[in-house]
Amino acid sequence: MTAMLTATDIRKSFGPTEVLKGISVSATKGDVIAVIGSSGSGKSTFLRCLNFLERPTSGTISLDGVPLVCRRDRAGDLTVADSGALRAYRARVTMVFQQFNLWSHMTARENVMLGPIRVHGLSRTEAGERADAYLARVGLSHRKDAYPGFLSGGEQQRVAIARALAMEPELMLFDEPTSALDPELVGEVLRVMRSLADEGRTMIVVTHEMNFAREVANKVVFLNQGVIGEEGDPREVLRNPQSGRLKAFLAAQAT
Amino acid sequence: MFYGYLPMILDGLRVTLSVASVSLGVASVFGMLGALAKLSASPVLRGIATIYTTVVRSLPDLLLMLIVFYGGQILLNRVAEARGWGYVDINAFAAGTLTLGFVFGAYLTETFRGAILAIPRGQIEAGHACGLSGWQVVWHIMLPQMIRHAIPGFTNNWLVMLKATALVSIIGLDDMVHRAGLASAATRAPFTFYALTGLIYLAVTTISILVLTAIERRYSRGVRREATR
Repeated sequence: MTAMLTATDIRKSFGPTEVLKGISVSATKGDVIAVIGSSGSGKSTFLRCLNFLERPTSGTISLDGVPLVCRRDRAGDLTVADSGALRAYRARVTMVFQQFNLWSHMTARENVMLGPIRVHGLSRTEAGERADAYLARVGLSHRKDAYPGFLSGGEQQRVAIARALAMEPELMLFDEPTSALDPELVGEVLRVMRSLADEGRTMIVVTHEMNFAREVANKVVFLNQGVIGEEGDPREVLRNPQSGRLKAFLAAQAT
Repeated sequence: MFYGYLPMILDGLRVTLSVASVSLGVASVFGMLGALAKLSASPVLRGIATIYTTVVRSLPDLLLMLIVFYGGQILLNRVAEARGWGYVDINAFAAGTLTLGFVFGAYLTETFRGAILAIPRGQIEAGHACGLSGWQVVWHIMLPQMIRHAIPGFTNNWLVMLKATALVSIIGLDDMVHRAGLASAATRAPFTFYALTGLIYLAVTTISILVLTAIERRYSRGVRREATR
């Protein structure tokens, strides 16, 4: 099976500091890739490079075998040359954030409707139906008219997942989706993500949830100081870590 | 009462309100451009915006109005002369509203800049991340939230500007204060007419405050009360 999203030799420097030192990851359809690593390992930066919220310093990204044509910006980083192509790409590769980032002036339903209306050109009625379907999918039909400020963290993150789903993306990026949640709210979000994986959705998930990585992901990537330390089948990699770094990381996570 | 001058004063109110509202529109445009320039990545734009806000906010409004009005007049006529158009008279309404808009745009630049900075960066990123264009992010995500953050400063600027419209009488616009002056000279009852004018200003500002508070409430619907007050 051919790779759907391929990131090759992604590098990113902030000033003199090289945070990503050449990372290559590829996802095929249905893959759930867990990206793990201690804070500062560059895992969130890498994920953000995948949809150009962070502009990589070098590397290539292709979707369905078609590389994105990039140019250098003033700071010398890469940005997609054609802004229309970037928008189209982002609509196919959506993102769920650690801090949810719901638009606070819109209700849950309006949050989910905006992208389909403005990016896909749906009518309000069509977008409303789509929003209702995806809010039901994350179990929040009863909260659809609430503003984000009145939702719990777990509910906000589920709305954010519905918002990403409503773009009907080919691939979803999750940036530590449960790290900002109170412990008792983590479960509801992980359950939704697990059900998305069961549907066969392609996901790249930066996470600290080792159980999720072990049980749901079919591939794990361990980042350490800007390079891939180990990667492979989670049952293999997490059970038999080869490097001292990964052993220490897993031991720290278990406590 | 008012020796029959009330309709004339109220007609002056019409002038005052039209100068104020057009100036507000001009000021909002200057203010938005200024704020975007100040927050832009380009050092040139940032520099221009900084010079603009520094110079304009440092000079008295009256002085600036005279400089723009007479300076603009001279400049325009030099150009007209060079091109052989003959003498051009600057329209006092256009000059007044442009100057007031230009001056208060500098104050609004700061108000709008603060309002943009108050929007959580993540919400802007979330807009980009689902494929919205830069302008769609500005229009659907930033502007509605800016309104909530900008209204208090905006209200202040509107009130100050509404009163500053009295300055346009010196460049020949027939506003409410100018007419009150004429009426009091003719009737030798200055207190009556200036007090009346004061009451009309008070009525207009009270209505403005009510309207702007309602707008603020409308755009704060998603905000929990205890979080903001």
